[in-house]
Amino acid sequence: MSEPVVVDAKGLSCPQPILETRKALSKIREGTVEVLVDTVTSRENVARFARNQGWKVYLEDHGDWHKVILTR
Amino acid sequence: MSRVGPVITGGIVGALAALLVKWGNPGNMGICVACFTRDIAGALGLHHAAVVQYLRPEIAGFILGSFISALLSREYLPRTGSSPLIRFFLGFFAMIGALVFLGCPWRAYLRLAGGDWNAIPGILGLITGIVIGIMFLWKGYNLGRAYEVKKGAGYIMPAVAVVLLVMVILRPTFGAGGTTGPVFFSEKGPGAMYAPFAVALGVGLLVGWLAQRSRFCTVGAIRDLVMLRDPHLFNGVVAFIIMAFVTNFFLGQFNPGFEGQPVAHTNSLWNFMGMVLAGLAFTLAGGCPGRQFIMTGEGDGDSAVFVLGMLTGAGFAHNFSLASSPSGPGAFGPAATMIGILFCLAIGFLMRDKFE
Repeated sequence: MSEPVVVDAKGLSCPQPILETRKALSKIREGTVEVLVDTVTSRENVARFARNQGWKVYLEDHGDWHKVILTR
Repeated sequence: MSRVGPVITGGIVGALAALLVKWGNPGNMGICVACFTRDIAGALGLHHAAVVQYLRPEIAGFILGSFISALLSREYLPRTGSSPLIRFFLGFFAMIGALVFLGCPWRAYLRLAGGDWNAIPGILGLITGIVIGIMFLWKGYNLGRAYEVKKGAGYIMPAVAVVLLVMVILRPTFGAGGTTGPVFFSEKGPGAMYAPFAVALGVGLLVGWLAQRSRFCTVGAIRDLVMLRDPHLFNGVVAFIIMAFVTNFFLGQFNPGFEGQPVAHTNSLWNFMGMVLAGLAFTLAGGCPGRQFIMTGEGDGDSAVFVLGMLTGAGFAHNFSLASSPSGPGAFGPAATMIGILFCLAIGFLMRDKFE
């Protein structure tokens, strides 16, 4: 099991978190990508995008930021 | 409010926008974020177009509705620092583009839903501007990160909203000898047409709350549909147009045609080009004017700077003969539109990341 790819999208405004996620997902066929965001809007957007691309989505709340874990 | 949020929001807001016209707002201008900001600029004396001066309570409602919603849902997150000066000028030029067309994206859709076919070149321009913005996004355009700041930083825009509301009620005069404005209130023209204060504020609060929960965005809608094949926000805009049309139809407010439309001109070229500029500037800034106001309520200082750019742009648009009128584009409107487009293109090119 390889290390997860981490995408730090904290502080990025719409639609950058999705574009960064998309770039990371396009590089691997399967595995785990962890996307770090700081707004609930970005968390929702990244999760919706990843689900639409066929990835499983898990959410971790870290108080003032969120981790969106994508696996396939 | 996840999947169906934008549809519910769009539908309710579309119907309310048509009703606001019935209740007193100008034709096909139940809600126009650009026009209302322009009216506020006039009321504060930042321009002297006497027919468009009123402190629209809807705008204060947007900010406060979003602020309350963000607090209750624990989404209030003061943040700033993502190229604020660039955002100021994007707001400035977005406003100029919108005032060459005579409406923001919200009003473009509302004009369509009221039968004003001059909206069609405007909406085609809007889509064109958004697509140009998407090309920059694909090339790595971004304005950099925002950073969390102290809680108090996000209280400024809600406080400004409260001050605006107090001034609507008290109608103070700060001009020479205290006998004249500002604050100015139009005695005729679109600025003198408004829904009752409590109604306008109530609708504004509701729209602010709904749009904060659903992330309703009239520019993100087209961006996400074209760029990501994601119709999530676009469905909201469709609901917005349909419900505005249906409500207009039953209220007798649907008047199809090009000529004689309220607060509109028939110059298709500049209806198109004005919205190319607006669509591009809004896309580079990450959202439509309504969304920018909503984000100020969430504590986003960069959106607040964008909004202040819009307010300033509105002042310039009327002081420098850039804004259109029902008789057509202003004397320098086309030139300012081209300068704005060049500015946005330059920003789009200059603010790209070098990809690995």
